[in-house]
Amino acid sequence: MYTQGLDQAGKDRRVAAETEELLNAFQKRVDAEEKIEAKDWMPEAYRRTLIRQISQHAHSEIIGMQPEGNWLTRAPSLKRKAILLAKVQDEAGHGLYLYSAAETLGVSRDQMVADLLSGKAKYSSIFNYPTLSWADIGAIGWLVDGAAIMNQIPLCRCSYGPYARAMVRVCKEESFHQRQGFDIMHSLCLGTAAQKAMAQDALDRWWWPSLMMFGPNDSESTHSAQSMAWKIKRFSNDELRQKFVDVTVQQADFLGLSVPDDELRFDDETGHYQFGEINWQELFDVIAGNGPCNKQRLEKRQRAHTDGAWVREAAQAYASKQAARAAA
Amino acid sequence: MSNDAAVLAYTLRLADNALILAQCMVELVTAEPELEEELANANFALDYIGQARMLYTYAGELEGKGRSEDDFAFMRDEHEFANLLLLEQPNGHFGDALVRQFLFDAFYVHLLDAITRCSDERLREIAARAVKEVRYHLRHCSQWLVRLGDGTELSHNRVQTSLDYAWRYTGEMFAGDEIDQAINADIDGPDLEAIHGLWRKDVESVVAEATLSLPDDSWMASGGKQGRHTEQLGFLLAEMQYLQRSFPGATW
Ligand SMILES: [Fe+2]
Ligand SMILES: [Fe+2]
Repeated sequence: MYTQGLDQAGKDRRVAAETEELLNAFQKRVDAEEKIEAKDWMPEAYRRTLIRQISQHAHSEIIGMQPEGNWLTRAPSLKRKAILLAKVQDEAGHGLYLYSAAETLGVSRDQMVADLLSGKAKYSSIFNYPTLSWADIGAIGWLVDGAAIMNQIPLCRCSYGPYARAMVRVCKEESFHQRQGFDIMHSLCLGTAAQKAMAQDALDRWWWPSLMMFGPNDSESTHSAQSMAWKIKRFSNDELRQKFVDVTVQQADFLGLSVPDDELRFDDETGHYQFGEINWQELFDVIAGNGPCNKQRLEKRQRAHTDGAWVREAAQAYASKQAARAAA
Repeated sequence: MSNDAAVLAYTLRLADNALILAQCMVELVTAEPELEEELANANFALDYIGQARMLYTYAGELEGKGRSEDDFAFMRDEHEFANLLLLEQPNGHFGDALVRQFLFDAFYVHLLDAITRCSDERLREIAARAVKEVRYHLRHCSQWLVRLGDGTELSHNRVQTSLDYAWRYTGEMFAGDEIDQAINADIDGPDLEAIHGLWRKDVESVVAEATLSLPDDSWMASGGKQGRHTEQLGFLLAEMQYLQRSFPGATW
């Protein structure tokens, strides 16, 4: 989802000092559902997996501010403007907690930001799609925050304490976002024909990218087993995706919108909705940098960083002067 | 001008100030120099939007024609907006936006404080809430002005230029017209001359701490309060109002 299982396998080999004894003791703690804290011993691969996952998650929060920020100046009422601004502000806050959680693992925020700006670090593919109408703000809250919640609720029980605790706070806010997004869609669907068409168009464009947020099929997701054993991940990509579809299709029905999938049908035997094949090539293209907005999103972040350099330098220079004055 | 008409016009001025500043700040979302400033900028803009909403709602009640907060914000034209020219000036760089907010907040905090003692109960209530918010904004802006002024040579020079430019829009804050006079006389509202003195003292002290120099009071722009604006406002409103104007009568 926000982390999307984009990790490359193979880099996380065991390091020499990690004796069988240490590894077993660690696994025992995890199996007993004990929380691993920053100062505790942990396998290097566990640490690196978490750094990658948490920093990707943080970057997604930050980049995710852009598609929604795109409608802040044009929000159709003062109330909607305030709600959207509060949401975008929450996402900045999520980025901040998550960077802090990742820092407990021994990586600096500066390094993580540098990796984002250089294009080395990934963020969720979903934020590389454009927001073309006001209804997209509704669709993002409803679908994207909705999908994020599916992934993040189990992360509240993640074996790594600082991440789990950050997620508890984040999840509360994400569920507000989801309800606010749904409320925008609901208002549009109760509105004029043009408004309802706007809502349908948004669902048509955001449905499949939302399903892609859960990452590749389980059969393709080589990295999952270890994350499951470490209790970083609790459910597989396909399990979470199915859960999302089951909940969301009913909400679309309630709104009177149609989900853009001809193969979608309820299976009485399994009690789940069956849905069509995801266009995986599109997901891989977007991850590879060829989504509709990859270039703009990254450039905007780079520009803000570059334009702000003189301000950060001034703050630093002032702080050093103050420290020197205090010492004198 | 009747007492009620003056209170209505004055309430709209206050609301327009808050909304137009908020709209400019909203443009800055995702462009701040660091993440902590993203949070602060959004937080402050939210406060101003909240103030604008309370004030427009009160204006609608005073007017008694059934206009809502959104009717005032989205369905009025440029010449009907009575915000200060300072607040519609383009964001420019971090220092420009900072100076704009600093100069305004240093005025607004005293204005609101005076309104908390006026005889209009609703304005008193709104001001009592807003003054706490704005006091905090002003502290934040003052700290940044000092950091930039007393930071690097580059930041010092940049923010001095921002201050020199914005200064021409400060005269309007204290140039009272018949509405300001009516508010002062009829509802014991702010005395602009007294506020000018307080503002000047506060601004001088922060500017001095920032090692910057206070610009000369030379030519001052005016007209915002009377609906004569700079070119920026038309674009700002066109963007802000577009959905309401494209879909008249729709609810969102
Ligand atoms: Fe978030
Ligand atoms: Fe969210």
